Amino acid sequence: MNDTIQKITDRYQSSDTLHDIREHAIADFRKLGVPTVKHEEWKYTRVGSLLQNPLEVQAPDQVSETDISQFRLPGDAYEIFVINGKFSSGSAPEGMTVSSLGAEANGHFKNIIDKHLGTSSKYHPDGINAMNTAFADHGLFIFINKGKKIDKPVYIYYINDNRQFPTLSLPRALVYVSAAAEVEISEHYVSLGQNDSFTNQVTEVVVEQDAIVNYYKIQNEGANASQVSTTQFTQIGKALTNATTISLSGNIIRNNLNMVMEAEYGESHMYGLYLLDGKTHVDNHTIVDNVMPNCFSNELYKGIMDGESTGVFNGKIFVRKDAQKTNAYQSNKNVLLTDTASVNTKPQLEIFADDVKCSHGCTIGKLDEEALFYLRARGIGEKSAKSLLLHAFAVDILDNIKSEPLREYVDKLISERLEFNF
Amino acid sequence: MLKITNLQASIDEKPILRGINLDIKAGEVHAIMGPNGSGKSTLASVLAGRDHFNVTGGSVEFMGKDLLELSPEDRAREGVFLAFQYPVEIPGVSTTNFIKTAVNETRKYRGLEPLDAVSFLKMMKEKMKLVNIDQSLLSRSLNEGFSGGEKKRNEIFQMTMLEPRLAILDETDSGLDIDALRIVANGVNEYRNKDNAFLVVTHYQRLLDYIVPDFVHVLYNGRIVKSGGKELALELEERGYDFIKNEYVVPEEA
Repeated sequence: MNDTIQKITDRYQSSDTLHDIREHAIADFRKLGVPTVKHEEWKYTRVGSLLQNPLEVQAPDQVSETDISQFRLPGDAYEIFVINGKFSSGSAPEGMTVSSLGAEANGHFKNIIDKHLGTSSKYHPDGINAMNTAFADHGLFIFINKGKKIDKPVYIYYINDNRQFPTLSLPRALVYVSAAAEVEISEHYVSLGQNDSFTNQVTEVVVEQDAIVNYYKIQNEGANASQVSTTQFTQIGKALTNATTISLSGNIIRNNLNMVMEAEYGESHMYGLYLLDGKTHVDNHTIVDNVMPNCFSNELYKGIMDGESTGVFNGKIFVRKDAQKTNAYQSNKNVLLTDTASVNTKPQLEIFADDVKCSHGCTIGKLDEEALFYLRARGIGEKSAKSLLLHAFAVDILDNIKSEPLREYVDKLISERLEFNF
Repeated sequence: MLKITNLQASIDEKPILRGINLDIKAGEVHAIMGPNGSGKSTLASVLAGRDHFNVTGGSVEFMGKDLLELSPEDRAREGVFLAFQYPVEIPGVSTTNFIKTAVNETRKYRGLEPLDAVSFLKMMKEKMKLVNIDQSLLSRSLNEGFSGGEKKRNEIFQMTMLEPRLAILDETDSGLDIDALRIVANGVNEYRNKDNAFLVVTHYQRLLDYIVPDFVHVLYNGRIVKSGGKELALELEERGYDFIKNEYVVPEEA
């Protein structure tokens, strides 16, 4: 493990821009290292072993247009490419800036970057978050002007070129959505080769008054790809943020999703679907931090686990002392298809205000036998009946994907999986 | 069409059916009546293939095939239809999609091409009229939030769509008001012809005013203890089930 820390540290080069934050981060990373299962927040997810192999850290960009054309998603969209952890290129309409963090940190957006970059470390004071911040200079910066409604979805592709070496990629993004702006952002992950890849990603989204953000994360890489993917929304004005996380395959996946409600009357929705088989491990940690009063949040995560897959759900809701009249709901539902699949689910509510409405619930079960018999008694084969029921279980998560081409794409991925696997 | 011989079934080692014999021919309507707990619904479930009952003896032949050997879906595809006493609510599955899947899987089994969208829609429209069911109901999730009457009408609608040879109606009258009962019975009567048959399981005679049976059987304690024509139902209505209970003393278990 010390070799890994050394290797990552060796790759570090200090820079003029983002100097202080990066220096602090690399020092924290040296000190903290990679969390083990003794760390309460990493109890079920073992990331240390992923870093034991020799990994090419932030490998150089050798990705061609032909490589990219193989995995383009359907639908008209603004596309942004992040290759081996580094911002590469992107398209944007007027009123939206797409650039690199390093380039903007000393320019026009200096104040915004200084103020908002790195706020997720408060919720994740561990070596994984610090490791990412240490390499933030290659990160992506998006700024959306006041009142700008982006007419097409924004697709961010995170590409790992692991064709020659196993890779470690550390993509970073800061997205700033100004007042009354609207945007739909979707993050996708692609591994080009068969070697192992490990993506340690942090995306921080700052949302001003009356802005609307619809955000999706779609994880459908091969069994050689692992990731820790942290996304934090900070509502600094009364805003609406919806986040949907779809995890379909991979090796070890850890998602951290934070909704920080710093303004009164903010609203957030968090939806998750994990549809796992083989030995895939998916861990969803979510935090809703109600700092100010009168906020509403709703959270629904659903899991279908087959084979020897494992799921983890940990949902924290904090209601701070001043956050009276908070409404916070949380639900996690799981279907286990085999005796060898498992899930650990844990709601965690910490409430310091006295006039709030909070609820949480979780279920773990098998497919409903009565429903299955009903379908079969109508001539629907057992396999089709199961896949109909599982699709029905997943559909209320899918319905939250607003972009139609994207929703159809994800629905197709899920339907194919249900057809072939069950 | 259906020949049940000495059928015995139990649940958790407790015998429920203790030797049922019944012969149903094409064009016939048979009613099974009996007090609560006599095994009426168990008989319906066993015929449809619900697996929490254990068949411990006897045989069931349907159109020359050993019905008990078939999976629930193959029984349905062969032409056995069970209208459920408690239709299951399935959120997320639209009624239309569900019926389309059922119709086409059944057609495939019978060596027919799947129905195209236009023919399927045309067929639906025709059958919807029979049971007075609305399009908006069919685009909703299967049975979710349906009233009791809507659920039962949906069962009969599914029956007419799947065109079974033998339809088993398990207490289809329970929870229905008189208007809904008429609509349901009308659907059944429209469908009834010389090539198909019905097994109507009911506690009350009321349904049999609308669906007039050729034969009435009284099930008691897991056996058919009395059979007759439609007048037997009236006699039961008048005298209650007590006279059956008094006439047929439960045999001691060996």
